Amino acid sequence: MTMDAVSSQSSRSPVRSGNSESAAYQAYRRRRRLETWFVKGMQVGLVALLLLVWEVAPRMGWINPMLTSYPSAIFRTLAMIAADGTLALHTWTTLSEILVGFIGGMVLGTLIAIALWASPMLYRITDPFIVVLNALPKIALVPIFYIWLGDMASIYAMAIAVSLFVTVLMLYSGFQSIDTDKIRLVRLFGASKFRILTKIVLPGSVPTMVSTVKVNIGLALVGVIVGEFQAAKAGLGYLITYGSQIFQINLVMAAVLVLALISSVLFMIVQGLLTTVLKRYRLDSIAT
Amino acid sequence: MAVQAAVSVENVSLSYFTPERETLALSNISFDINNGEFIAIVGSSGCGKSTLLSLMSGLIKPSQGSISVGGRAVDAPSPRVGYMFQKDTLLEWRTVLENVLIGAELLGLDMKAAKIRAKDLLTRYGLGEFLHAFPAQLSGGMRQRAALARTLCPNPDLLLLDEPFSALDYQIRLALSEEIAAILRAENKTVILVTHDIGEAISMATRVVVMSRRPGRIKSEHHISFPSFGATRPTPLDARKCPEFAGYFQTIWDELDLHQI
Repeated sequence: MTMDAVSSQSSRSPVRSGNSESAAYQAYRRRRRLETWFVKGMQVGLVALLLLVWEVAPRMGWINPMLTSYPSAIFRTLAMIAADGTLALHTWTTLSEILVGFIGGMVLGTLIAIALWASPMLYRITDPFIVVLNALPKIALVPIFYIWLGDMASIYAMAIAVSLFVTVLMLYSGFQSIDTDKIRLVRLFGASKFRILTKIVLPGSVPTMVSTVKVNIGLALVGVIVGEFQAAKAGLGYLITYGSQIFQINLVMAAVLVLALISSVLFMIVQGLLTTVLKRYRLDSIAT
Repeated sequence: MAVQAAVSVENVSLSYFTPERETLALSNISFDINNGEFIAIVGSSGCGKSTLLSLMSGLIKPSQGSISVGGRAVDAPSPRVGYMFQKDTLLEWRTVLENVLIGAELLGLDMKAAKIRAKDLLTRYGLGEFLHAFPAQLSGGMRQRAALARTLCPNPDLLLLDEPFSALDYQIRLALSEEIAAILRAENKTVILVTHDIGEAISMATRVVVMSRRPGRIKSEHHISFPSFGATRPTPLDARKCPEFAGYFQTIWDELDLHQI
């Protein structure tokens, strides 16, 4: 941009207001717009190419359709299970499990992080256990949860377990990194520990919570699908295992497709929510 | 009736403990400050001058000795004492006005009256147009003025300033100390300024207390006056131009013993 401003013949002042753009700046803006459209076009083109190759290769006998299926067959299956209500049932099951797991992990994790912040002694005692539990691959617990909790509850437990310890560790370190002068400031006005929490620590940790939410929505998805693989009688994870057991690759692919759709929609909702929250807090720089 | 000292510090010592050692931070400190006096405490970094302010604010308690403000012993933070930090510590999620009102909010004061006072202070400090702006939109000098408004909003009798200008650029720092000195003189506050900047101390304070290295003790006290300027007290910038300034500067510089660094 600086280079354009320098090379512009009509430039008299280095800074221009919006309504008197130089020709060079207009050209720069046009180039930026074109680049954006090029990137979008390439992305759509890549998907189209993939679908085309995927459709053509099995039909031409280059690859075994039993293993890969092809897009038109997958969409036919998708239309079929959408029409008979199977899709809605399984999608809703998975979606509600994700929400319960995500909210559960977030709420429980925040409460534990607050307790650890409030009591340094509790933190010293529990710290090594939390670190170990965080490092443990939670997927190893799936069979145990199934035995203890049965089919439904074990899936919730899995989704919570996957995100809980990360939440605790991220939030706790966020709480700890709050500027001590800010805490001193409210203590000077006689603030109790509870007031320090609500006036300084929690509002000051909004950026940390934002990153935690972003991480957790993905983790809750993992937890739910893994839980469903083991235990479920419904849900997209169940549909995937069921489809592979009866060697219905169309069904497996259709379920994966819906899952991809769910995760992108959830991610977009979270992203939109975060942008709104951070704007309120004037911390837009962190949103990216 | 005898004039009651605004602040009285008697034989105060403070040690703190770490697993490795016990450190004597302050040793046997005593001084009195009169109402309306502006004193500066200078010392090299780590001499415990900021710790002394924390003690006077009631945030920490001395190991020995006692401190009283306005005749009452200090054992917890009190709204009679205002404290200004090195950083402005504005809360970035609150507007400027909400930042200034946090004291009233936490102290449970009448919010309507506090709001009027806060708006008045901010307007006088040139922030009238920024009441509903967020701290991120203000410059360093404006932020520090907002912090001053926050400190003065609950109307404290004693003001503790902990190197409040040291994070600012030199020019802004001179201009702001000029402004703040005028504000504090107009409000007739008792002020304790902690600084490592000798020039700032001499130009703003009526008395300069020099502290030694750790353990912090009071090494000397200097009453600052500028007879060449006349009967009135010069502003900080004028004080720097007075012939007496250099003499005070040299004396205190020698006492601080900085060549050991």
